[in-house]
Formats: sequence, structure tokens, C-alpha cells
Amino acid sequence: MVDIVATAAEAVAGIGDGATVMVGGFGAAGQPVELIDALIEGGARELTIVNNNAGNGDLGLAALIREGRVRKVICSFPRQSDSWHFDEKYRAGEIELELVPQGNLAERIRAAGAGIGAFFTPTGFGTMLAEGKEVREIDGRQQVLEYALRADVALVKAHVADEAGNITYRKTARNFGPIMAAAAATTVIQVNEVVPIGGIDPENVVTPGIYVDRVVRVTPREGAER
Amino acid sequence: MTANGQPIDKNGMAAAVAADIPHGSFVNLGIGLPTTVSNHLAADSGVTLHTENGMLGMGPEAHGDEVDPDLINAGKIPVTELPGASYFHHADSFAMMRGGHLDVCVLGAYQVSAAGDLANWHTGKPGAIPAVGGAMDLALGAKETYVMMTLLTRDGAPKLVPECSFPLTAVQCVKRVYTDLATFAITPGGVEVRALHGTSFADLKALLDVPLLDATAR
Repeated sequence: MVDIVATAAEAVAGIGDGATVMVGGFGAAGQPVELIDALIEGGARELTIVNNNAGNGDLGLAALIREGRVRKVICSFPRQSDSWHFDEKYRAGEIELELVPQGNLAERIRAAGAGIGAFFTPTGFGTMLAEGKEVREIDGRQQVLEYALRADVALVKAHVADEAGNITYRKTARNFGPIMAAAAATTVIQVNEVVPIGGIDPENVVTPGIYVDRVVRVTPREGAER
Repeated sequence: MTANGQPIDKNGMAAAVAADIPHGSFVNLGIGLPTTVSNHLAADSGVTLHTENGMLGMGPEAHGDEVDPDLINAGKIPVTELPGASYFHHADSFAMMRGGHLDVCVLGAYQVSAAGDLANWHTGKPGAIPAVGGAMDLALGAKETYVMMTLLTRDGAPKLVPECSFPLTAVQCVKRVYTDLATFAITPGGVEVRALHGTSFADLKALLDVPLLDATAR
């Protein structure tokens, strides 16, 4: 049963110290900035964050890292021209990094949501990111064992929700949203609009409400991304 | 074989790659130099571009009113959508790649080995923060992986090498290498030189530590 809550603070309530939090988004597209702001406000520390990146600029995930709330980042692409807050913490030894090839990251998250414990994949074979991992030859190819990746909470930005928690996304802002929504014990989604039941054509639902626990409508900042 | 014209520039390399992409292919162009291949695809090429962050049918870079923060490419640059485009989540986007559904992937490289091993994600330098992104999936996922790079580093060291000294992205994945001085095909029989730009086969042989087969007459 989905709760439509009034504020981002209510939406992130109960995220405690040491939680593993999946954060949707690819760079700024699909990043739930308002939910992250509320998470910062809520004071949780020692978080493990799962995201494609490790923060861009000064907003959202970058601010969470700047505030020293993140113990570990599991991501594919931390280092970018504007990842200065992560870079500083990493170089100071204040943040742990688990670097995961992007396809493995996505598939590990998907597997968790689908109840799959682990899988074999050719990606990473023969590289330093597969060191120490079990390898088997399957279908004539060397494949590496990768485990499912689950979380206590997923924070996702989407476009429209109905009151049953069914979700649609916009363009490439969809990215990790649907798979993270399925891989976390509690899924929190910020949307631009909430409509009554029946307001989304069932054919167009991308994340069905079964995966969604809390929805909050946020007002986009003036001049900020939609 | 005598010297053949001049070395080609980045545009020339991009044009050479574009000319070898079969009509109607589904193609992923890596961040940076490979992105420029799209400028050389003919309007009737029938090529559909994939971007790892969840789209097929990606159009050119967006400008002015076209810019939509929800519509970006893998390099996080705003892009446009072409008729026939589709969106999908990240696991589907990589399943499309990892499942071998893409026809061609074009990547940059620090080094390529004679066996087709690719090193393009990490310099391995102390203090460098590693970032792999989709490189390891892209290198293996397409039916054909092409590399575009200058043949030599700024210091004049060859980047087509017997064994990669940089950390590997994937083993035995590269099929063709497009460079400013020559185009190579990595085949089970060895490294074939398919085209020369401003150098001779003999000079190329002297430049590289890799055994070469002259296939320029093909």
C-alpha cells in the first residue's frame, strides 16, 4: 500500500545511520535532489550509497558527500570534471569506493529485485575489477560471478504517480529508477505530479505500485531541471 | 607499398569508421572522439544510435530551446530524440548491450594489443581515481568493437602493442583499429593493415612491435 505524503521530510523519515540507500539518476538526470536534501536534513550518517556516479557539482548527492554523511559509495563512474566533493573525501581516505562496471551495477540491482542471488557474466573477466571473483567457462566464454545488490531504501525521481503508486518517468531520466524501486526494502519516489487512480493509462505504467512505498510531489525549483 | 597521401585527422578517422558501419546497424558511440562518428553517418545510413543511459534513436546534440535536462547522452550532454526513438531503464539498456544485440560499438583507447585486448578506462597511475562506467560492458557487448585512436602517444610510443601495460577493459574484444596512420583489422590470423595514411607498410612495420600482415591490396 502506497503512502502519498506531503513533504520530502516525511518521505525519507526513518532512514537511519548505516543504511544502504540506492539513489536514482545518471548525473543530474533523474537525481532525486529534493529527497536527498531531506535526507541531509534528517541527519543520517555512515550511509552506503548506490548510484551510477558520486555526485556532480554541489547539489544532491554531492551535498550529501560534502556533509560527510557517506561512508561508502558503490558506483561505476565516480570521477568527473565536477565530482570535487567525492574526490576530496576519497583522497583524504574518508570515503570507501566499490567500483562496479555499469552493466554489472544495473544487473546486480535488477537481480536483487527479481530474487536472484547472483549471476555469471563475461563483463570484467581478465580485468582488475574481477580479481578474486569466481570464474566459470559457460557457453565457451569465461564468466565472472556477481552478486545481487539490494538496499534498505531507494530514493527515485520520476514524473507522474497515481494514487495507487503506479509510476511514469521522463526520457533518459528513467535510468536506474525502475530497478532500484524493486531492489529496496522501502522505495520512496518523488514526482512532479500525482493524479487520481485511473489517471495513468495502465499500458504506460513503468514502475507498478507494488514496488512503491511512499510518494511525494515536489515543486521543481525555479530554473532547475524538471 | 609506397606512402599513401597524408596522415588523417580526427575527422578523417571518424569518416573512416562511419564508412565501415553497415547500413541499418544499431550502434553505440563511446564518449569523446567516437561521438564524432555520428557527424559522418549519411542521412540514409539507416543507423540507429544507442546511448547507455536508456535510449535508442538518439539524435544530435540539443541547442537552445531543445535542451531538456531529462534527455542526455552517456557523456551527460543534452541531446535530441529522433522519430522512432525509445526509452528503457538501465538494466534493459545494458542487457541490450550484454546480450549481443548491438551491431557495432566504437570506443577510444589508451592501448590495444595484437590479440585485441583493450585498455581504455584507467591509466593505473598512483592517485588516479578509477572510473569505469560502461566501458567493460561496451567492449564485449557489441557484435563488432571498433577502436578509434591516434597510433602514437604524444611522446611517440605506439598504442598498438604486443601486450597492454595499462589495466585491461576486456580481453580479445577489438576487431578493428582506426588510427591517423593506418587502419587495422585484428583477425584470428594476425593483425592486418587494411589502409595506410601518409606512411608505408615498411615504415609502419618498423614503428610497431606487432607482426603485421599487408592487406592494403584487398
